[in-house]
Amino acid sequence: MNPSPNFNLWLIPVLPLIGSAINGLVGKRFPRRLVATIALAFPGAAFAYALWVVSQFASLAQAQIPHIERLFPWIEANGFRVDYGFYLDQLSVTMLLVVTGIGFLIHIYAVGYMAEEGGYYRFFSYLNLFMFFMLTLILAHSYLLMFVGWEGVGLASYLLIGFFFLKQSAAQAGKKAFITNRVGDFGFLIGMFLLIKHFGTLDYDKVFSAVAQLPVETSVGFLTATALLMMFGAAGKSAQIPLYVWLPDAMEGPTPVSALIHAATMVTAGVYMVARSNALFLHAPIALRVVAIIGALTAIFAASIGLVQNDIKRVLAYSTVSQLGYMFMALGVAAFSAGIFHLVTHAFFKALLFLAAGSVIHGLGGEQDMRHMGGLRKLIPWTFWTMTVATFAIAGFPPLSGFFSKDEILWKAFSDRTHGSWVFWLIGWITAGMTSFYMFRLWFMTFFGERRAPVHEEHEPAGGAHLPSSARADHGHQSGVQSAHGHGDHGHGGGVHESPWIMLGPLVVLAIGAALVGFLGVPEALGGSNRFDQFMAPVFHSSSEPARSAENFAATEPQKSENPEEEKSLELELAAASVAIALSGFGLAYFFYVRRPELPDRIANNVRGVYRTLLNKYWVDEAYYATVINPIVDGSRSVLWRGIDVGVIDAIVNGVGTTSKGLSGVTRRMQSGSIRSYAGWVAIGAACVVGFMIWMGLRI
Amino acid sequence: MIPLSWYLILGAILFAIGVASFLVKRNIITIFMSIELMLNAVNLTFVAFAAQWHQVSGQVFVFFVMVVAAAEAAVGLAIILAVFRSRETLNVDQVNLLKL
Repeated sequence: MNPSPNFNLWLIPVLPLIGSAINGLVGKRFPRRLVATIALAFPGAAFAYALWVVSQFASLAQAQIPHIERLFPWIEANGFRVDYGFYLDQLSVTMLLVVTGIGFLIHIYAVGYMAEEGGYYRFFSYLNLFMFFMLTLILAHSYLLMFVGWEGVGLASYLLIGFFFLKQSAAQAGKKAFITNRVGDFGFLIGMFLLIKHFGTLDYDKVFSAVAQLPVETSVGFLTATALLMMFGAAGKSAQIPLYVWLPDAMEGPTPVSALIHAATMVTAGVYMVARSNALFLHAPIALRVVAIIGALTAIFAASIGLVQNDIKRVLAYSTVSQLGYMFMALGVAAFSAGIFHLVTHAFFKALLFLAAGSVIHGLGGEQDMRHMGGLRKLIPWTFWTMTVATFAIAGFPPLSGFFSKDEILWKAFSDRTHGSWVFWLIGWITAGMTSFYMFRLWFMTFFGERRAPVHEEHEPAGGAHLPSSARADHGHQSGVQSAHGHGDHGHGGGVHESPWIMLGPLVVLAIGAALVGFLGVPEALGGSNRFDQFMAPVFHSSSEPARSAENFAATEPQKSENPEEEKSLELELAAASVAIALSGFGLAYFFYVRRPELPDRIANNVRGVYRTLLNKYWVDEAYYATVINPIVDGSRSVLWRGIDVGVIDAIVNGVGTTSKGLSGVTRRMQSGSIRSYAGWVAIGAACVVGFMIWMGLRI
Repeated sequence: MIPLSWYLILGAILFAIGVASFLVKRNIITIFMSIELMLNAVNLTFVAFAAQWHQVSGQVFVFFVMVVAAAEAAVGLAIILAVFRSRETLNVDQVNLLKL
């Protein structure tokens, strides 16, 4: 590497860690205001520092990218060596800004949202801890360090999902998330072992240049196996089929957590990892195809579940799974920069959606069931308007951000000669329609029509104890001090209130972002120059023509059509088709939930089987229980516990105990406590010694 | 000159008397005295050997033993006093609290 400036990149992850440590270790004694100050100051500083780093990064020469900072050797064993170091290129810079920027906004929001909750210091300690691990993940310069962050965010996610740990469902959801992630991590781990076995290193630069020397695998070989195992890990972290089940349950956590971890940042770690390993995946076309198929299936599968869910956060959760599927589909058709672009725009509008949903829930005193909402447009106007921006963005209305990123993916899926296919486009297109429908369903049900009071309203002043526990998810209290919002004057009837400014501020900023970030990547067909794609090009050697150079690892043939004009008009037609389906989703939702609100129930009754299948999420959870979880639990109980633990391990330990007890029962008789008997023993012993010596003397 | 064996026999007799009374007697003070007797029986053999072989180390050992015996006497008597104060007896058969 040529000499390049030292940015002290390690500071970025370490700042939130300091905040986490302070709040976690001594925050209990601090007043809330101080806890909040610490919790905001350190991620804020990390954000500011990240901005500075990015400004410096911009002035680096092309040859100095990727910029690598090695701090110290971490593991050295028999030729294998891993440094503790950081890696900065266009991809990690993008992720860095997303994580610190959106993370910081969500921290601000959380200060307002959690104001009434118990365990305040604990919450912010976890939140900062999450930032530390996530930043480690994206800045790491080797797979191993990435894995540290990878596991760390899993831990933080577990802690935060189970934040209301007194509630059974929250504790269960935390465990589910952690264990499901572990299953995926196993794949990642094996993938890393394979890399070590073949390349002897886990550093990105070395692995990628080693991969570049290898030919593209046409059949299943070592690269394909590694890539597939990596993808399995990514599927766990990014909630793809078959490991997506944890994400919807993760909504048990407080809403800012859902926004930060389970929508905007952590779940994109898998996308980041696959994009980071693009060299590997491009040399394993079969694995790449699998990525695309998994992504497409997940996208449409989750979207179909999202159509009928009634819990506002669950709709968003399935929408997240579906959008992540989109990103994987983009990666799978080798449109890496399109996938990352969607990751960025999605981070904005999905964080915004969750935070706005949190604001709705907050305003309604913990109500999460959309059937009990409605007519909130006038009551909480700020929330309404920001949510509107986000809804239109995710549904793909031009010129909001979601339109550009989603369209980019669809276009690449359709047009990429090697990796794309019209099938992917079709699935993506249908999913876009479904997305539009369920998002506008949510929007109409929440903000329009009449307010549908909860059935239990007459009981509400008594403390709301009759509400189903799921509806209380966010305000279930640890300390038993019920929040004023949850149960006091706000809890019923017209007491809907707008959230405080500390919550609305981030909403507004995110709304501006959700509306505008799309302009970073306006495609050429629409008169833009797709600056994002060009920016990313050096990282993803094949996905953009200008970056093509002699030594790049491109597995694909150049995609320039012989007829650029024709291609451009095709792209425009496809864009028009996406807008059309987004509009029809809007229209359908309007028809069903505003014009004829009684229709959905009738239809649901008519196609009862389908409806119930969707509502129950295809019974996937039940199937997992029947095929995986229950056998393991039963096997553990009967074989491992009753058989091995009780029968073998406990038996050995108890046997040792019983034996020595029996022996000492005999020998303790010597310890009579009487001095004269001791004296006798001493005399006998001395006599024995003397006798022995005499005997020895005689023998000689 | 008295032969060495006489000293050794006397030492052995004294030691045997010490052991016997140590085992037989019940009074702590008597037991304590029999310990002193055993020590001095050993001392006697030490000095006898030292005189026989014209070596000073046996006599040095005796000094050590005497010093230790003096210290032991001080501590031992203090313990005996304390035991007597709390138990009002010097009979070792009644001082058996360590029994299970």
